[in-house]
Amino acid sequence: MSDPIHPDHRIFVSYIDKSREYYTAQGYTNPYRWAYHQDAPFVPLRRALGEARIGIVTTASIVDDDDEPAPFSVPRVVFSAPTDPPPERLYTMHRSWDKVATHTDDLESYLPIHRLQEAAAAGRIGSLSPRYYGAPTEYSQRKTTEADAPELLRLCREDGVDAALLVAL
Amino acid sequence: MSLVARHLEEAGIPTVVVGSARDIVEQCGVPRFLFTDFPLGNPCGAPYDVAMQSAIVGMALDLLESAKAPRTTVQTPFRWHNDDWRRDFMRVDGEDIDELRRLGEERRAQQALSRRE
Repeated sequence: MSDPIHPDHRIFVSYIDKSREYYTAQGYTNPYRWAYHQDAPFVPLRRALGEARIGIVTTASIVDDDDEPAPFSVPRVVFSAPTDPPPERLYTMHRSWDKVATHTDDLESYLPIHRLQEAAAAGRIGSLSPRYYGAPTEYSQRKTTEADAPELLRLCREDGVDAALLVAL
Repeated sequence: MSLVARHLEEAGIPTVVVGSARDIVEQCGVPRFLFTDFPLGNPCGAPYDVAMQSAIVGMALDLLESAKAPRTTVQTPFRWHNDDWRRDFMRVDGEDIDELRRLGEERRAQQALSRRE
């Protein structure tokens, strides 16, 4: 472990600032307008966690086993797939995670299905949903809110999901 | 992902976002957010560190039970093994400006191609 963070500095990275400067340097002229809301919705968990079915949503994608697609060619679609057995491989190269500092070879580092199965076995949660769900990262906030999010809601309801973990790469 | 969390929550399904881009998630505004101050890519714990992953999943589940109001952010206690990534990710400095411009041209060409397909 490195030394504790110096309290005189703000510790977390601003990706809004970084990405704006990065894409400006790449010659893009209109900075991305990130979603902004003053309020946020909230509903409490309606049943005990030990009885609740938990769903998990990822921004990774499924591609054919031997396929190394070009990042922009991966279909931007909502999908679902079985949690048992968990996927052995997912495609993440089209997402803008830090490909220098780390890797995504261990799916549990961003889609912790085994860890959730262990939580279910230990009685911490009632069950893991039989499927996990894929949400594309969209430039268009309108497509996310009007098409993708309603489809993910439909899938969660179909599987009786009581609460959801959403993990962005 | 934050917009999806808002949509599910509005429809009555409690959510927790697990992530490492704190400013983006908090600017959007989500019900519950578990933040780990890591380079982007491993928000559920360092690769192959089962103990850390269990702890982070446990904290995400705890948050479902403990949060009392929207915009509840909890930060996990974990630190990456160095801090170089804070500076190096999406770095822009004078030396690599031509290379960045070239990457941009390449990216726009790929985007245009994918739109035509």
